[in-house]
Amino acid sequence: MCLGIPGQVKEIYELNGVRMGKVDFAGITKEVCLAYVPEIGVGDYTIVHVGFAITQLDEASAQESLRLFEEMGVLQEELADEVS
Amino acid sequence: MKYLDEFRNPELARRLFAELHAITTRPWAIMEVCGGQTHSIIRNGIDQLLPPQIELIHGPGCPVCVTPLELIDKALAIAARPEVIFCSFGDMLRVPGSGRDLFRVKSEGGDVRIVYSPLDAVRLAQANPTREVVFFGIGFETTAPANAMAVYQAKQLGLRNFSMLVSHVLVPPAIAAIMESPDNRVQAFLAAGHVCSVMGTWAYEPLVARYRVPIVVTGFEPLDVLEGIRRTVVQLEHGEARLDNAYARAVRPEGNVTAQRMLADVFEVTDRGWRGIGVIPQSGWRLSASYRDFDAEVRFAVQDIHTQESTLCHSGEVLRGLLKPNQCPAFGRECTPRTPLGATMVSSEGACAAYYQYGRFVQLEESDVTRI
Ligand code: SF4
Repeated sequence: MCLGIPGQVKEIYELNGVRMGKVDFAGITKEVCLAYVPEIGVGDYTIVHVGFAITQLDEASAQESLRLFEEMGVLQEELADEVS
Repeated sequence: MKYLDEFRNPELARRLFAELHAITTRPWAIMEVCGGQTHSIIRNGIDQLLPPQIELIHGPGCPVCVTPLELIDKALAIAARPEVIFCSFGDMLRVPGSGRDLFRVKSEGGDVRIVYSPLDAVRLAQANPTREVVFFGIGFETTAPANAMAVYQAKQLGLRNFSMLVSHVLVPPAIAAIMESPDNRVQAFLAAGHVCSVMGTWAYEPLVARYRVPIVVTGFEPLDVLEGIRRTVVQLEHGEARLDNAYARAVRPEGNVTAQRMLADVFEVTDRGWRGIGVIPQSGWRLSASYRDFDAEVRFAVQDIHTQESTLCHSGEVLRGLLKPNQCPAFGRECTPRTPLGATMVSSEGACAAYYQYGRFVQLEESDVTRI
């Protein structure tokens, strides 16, 4: 139940004085409380847990991790290829 | 989905596995604290593809699993009352209390409802002014902001018929308790990413220093878990102990300050019993004095609860990493997800349920493990 799912903010509005929004999860849209991510805007990515956005996803960090993984293990593979 | 599929890429996973095999020279025992990570590890077979020297110990980070039996019994007693609408996350309904579970209470006429968000319970209270709406507020730091907001809103709206049965638990005191225990084997921790999204990483610095233990903040997708393990092994192999963040796209060192402000208002730290483990000092939250009116334990004065844990269940040893689920004699026999004896067989993040769901009925011999 601790799962947090990434989604993209599509719409932001107020409901009973609380900042709410519509978040798209790969085609499924849900109403989410955005009170804890005051800095987030439409188009940004967030992680949602039990109906609450808990953090904004940093796109630059995501890209950097992926780039790091791309580089990983390449050296061993080249060495292995040379040996075989 | 952006930032989901990319972190499940099998080709990149293969490279991370190769890197791990290249850098691991000695045996290491690493605990993933979070049940969500346990689930990801078993579902993706990560434990079977790691270098054989690396043992993953499954930690106590499943809130459903560690909610004390006494509290489940209190929930059952409150849910059975005719004036009550009892709201809970779905995972809690099958958790066995001393005699029955919430499903049983429901089938016997109790008004038990599954909600997706605690705010749904607040709306139910607004819509049903003649009923008492009680929300079962369990969870780690990840879930606490949502539960805090529900109580805060109920107070703002002046709702007299809403209350919360709170059993919040905290990760750092659990890590300390594991390191202090005399039979501890854990040499490093993967810290739960979404807990740190909320609370930040500063609370882990003192643990790293006091126990000289590497702690690496880790996400949940297969590549996140592998990267967390890789960074942990790099530290262990070099004899280092640092706090590292392998989930920077979702975790800032200071955490979510807006959420922390709400938590400080609604909750206060208290001692908590952990099912299967016992009381850990200062390891949970309860409602603070200004929200005590919304405390279901106070409102319903549920006393005289006599708890009785199944004698067959070894979930305490599982939760402390002393036993793998399939080493429990009842696993897959008396105890299955349909007939759970312990909470670790109920929630999909419980270690026993993960082992059952993904067919880990026997311990693999080393020779069976697929090599890459
Ligand atoms: S398999 Fe069932 S009985 Fe055994 S420890 Fe897990 S929950 Fe308890």
